[in-house]
Amino acid sequence: MNIYADNAATTKMSKTAINAMLPYLDSVYGNPSSLHSVGQRAAEALASARERVAKVLGCTDREIYFTSGGSESDNQAILTAAAIGERKNKRHIISSSIEHHAVLHTLDKLKKRGFEITLLDAHENGIVSPAELEAAIRPDTVLVTIMYANNEIGSIQPISEIGRICREHGVLFHTDAVQAVGHIKVDVVKDNIDMLSLSAHKFHGPKGIGVLYVKKGIVITNLIEGGAQERGKRAGTENVPAIMGLAASLEEAAENIDKNSAKLIPLRDKLIKGILEIPHTILNGDPVKRLPGNVNVCFEGIEGESLLLLLDSKGICASSGSACTSGSLDPSHVLLAIGRPHDVAHGSLRLSLSEENTEEEVDYMINAIKDVVAYLRNMSPVWRDLQEGKKKYVIQ
Amino acid sequence: MLYSEKVMDHFMHPRNVGVIEDADGVGEVGNAKCGDIMKIYLKIENNIVTDVKFNTFGCGSAIASSSMATEMIKGQPIDKVLELTNKAVVEALEGLPPHKIHCSVLAEEAVKAAIKDYYDKNGIEYDHSLFPEESCAHCSEGSCDI
Repeated sequence: MNIYADNAATTKMSKTAINAMLPYLDSVYGNPSSLHSVGQRAAEALASARERVAKVLGCTDREIYFTSGGSESDNQAILTAAAIGERKNKRHIISSSIEHHAVLHTLDKLKKRGFEITLLDAHENGIVSPAELEAAIRPDTVLVTIMYANNEIGSIQPISEIGRICREHGVLFHTDAVQAVGHIKVDVVKDNIDMLSLSAHKFHGPKGIGVLYVKKGIVITNLIEGGAQERGKRAGTENVPAIMGLAASLEEAAENIDKNSAKLIPLRDKLIKGILEIPHTILNGDPVKRLPGNVNVCFEGIEGESLLLLLDSKGICASSGSACTSGSLDPSHVLLAIGRPHDVAHGSLRLSLSEENTEEEVDYMINAIKDVVAYLRNMSPVWRDLQEGKKKYVIQ
Repeated sequence: MLYSEKVMDHFMHPRNVGVIEDADGVGEVGNAKCGDIMKIYLKIENNIVTDVKFNTFGCGSAIASSSMATEMIKGQPIDKVLELTNKAVVEALEGLPPHKIHCSVLAEEAVKAAIKDYYDKNGIEYDHSLFPEESCAHCSEGSCDI
């Protein structure tokens, strides 16, 4: 059995996306900036891709900027807001403790430029409180940046409420929607989103291509200078094949959101239920306000990397927030932020399903995980101390 | 591949896993907060480690390092066991990634802690400089607050 359950890391490209790219890797190789017919064919394709992406997000094509992916989009959105803030003498930004590092590290950089950052608590279910957000807004707040859905624990934020609050207070609102777009319905107008980041490889598109949506009227700060591409806001010859793949996979994912959710949610919930039969195991993230394919749990008494290696040997590709998998000594900042102690956070497992996973695979994973957890607990001195009452269980 | 074949072999098929209920010496090092705890149990007869078992909470390299260390000391006289270094464990494992070297340090420390426990339990005089205090220096890039 070979099971890919790491779709939050990246996804397999869809045939639709691959087929959409092929002509632009082969015959339509022109530079969209070239005046001749070969270039103009590429330019027309690029323009149509931009329109198709805009249609899915509910905005206009002039509000779509192609970037290298989610991290670049996050960086550019935040630095754009920061430059606006500096011009208006507003140097306060609100975000959350469970953001992706592309957001958190950019905010750290801004601290050195004199910005004050408020990180909202994500509470135990991994969801920020709109009331707490509203209370944190100050006269000098320029930006609120809250992710649409969390990449580790799958919790979905109350984005439309946050958008409404930001609009009422005249504060810019950016959302890192890398895990959300293509999986749950996103509408930038309805949700009052000013800037949004997305990445194609999270919804069966190619890697290295993403989008930054910026609402009309917001003056964008460039990260890359050099040419007139992307309305002068992102220099560099456009990656036309990848953009075509992005547009095709985005349309395909958006068209199938209801169908995929209807398949994935029961699979996800069956997987969660099966795994939670293992004693002293806890679900991370909200059980309901959760991405359709996300499962994230902590097992007491074991460490995540050894769990992943053993699951891999059984043909299961998964991920963990354990420090050992990241090369640092601290486990996932997200798990710590929702209140998991260090030793418990080390024993985390994330399984992220796609619509290609089957019920048979879910059954196989439940059994394999039960076996591997029991095996590792049997050789764990921490587990032995817990069993013998020398230590108290954190997870009941 | 993150790990050498040898590491994977000792991780997938760890030698000497278990507990010795009437152990002559027990050594436990590490911290669950940092993600690694090793516990080594020794049976010692006539100054020779006649049996050894381990329990480890940790990553693949921590389990492999424990397994390798137990294999290296089994049947050895105590003075030889005390010569075990983390470097020797790394070499026997055909290398560890740089950020995993601390796992081999824990294996060395766990073995030494078990011998020290044996000496202490039996009132045997020993050179205290052989057993330095457990140190967190090898994982200084972290921030485990201990």
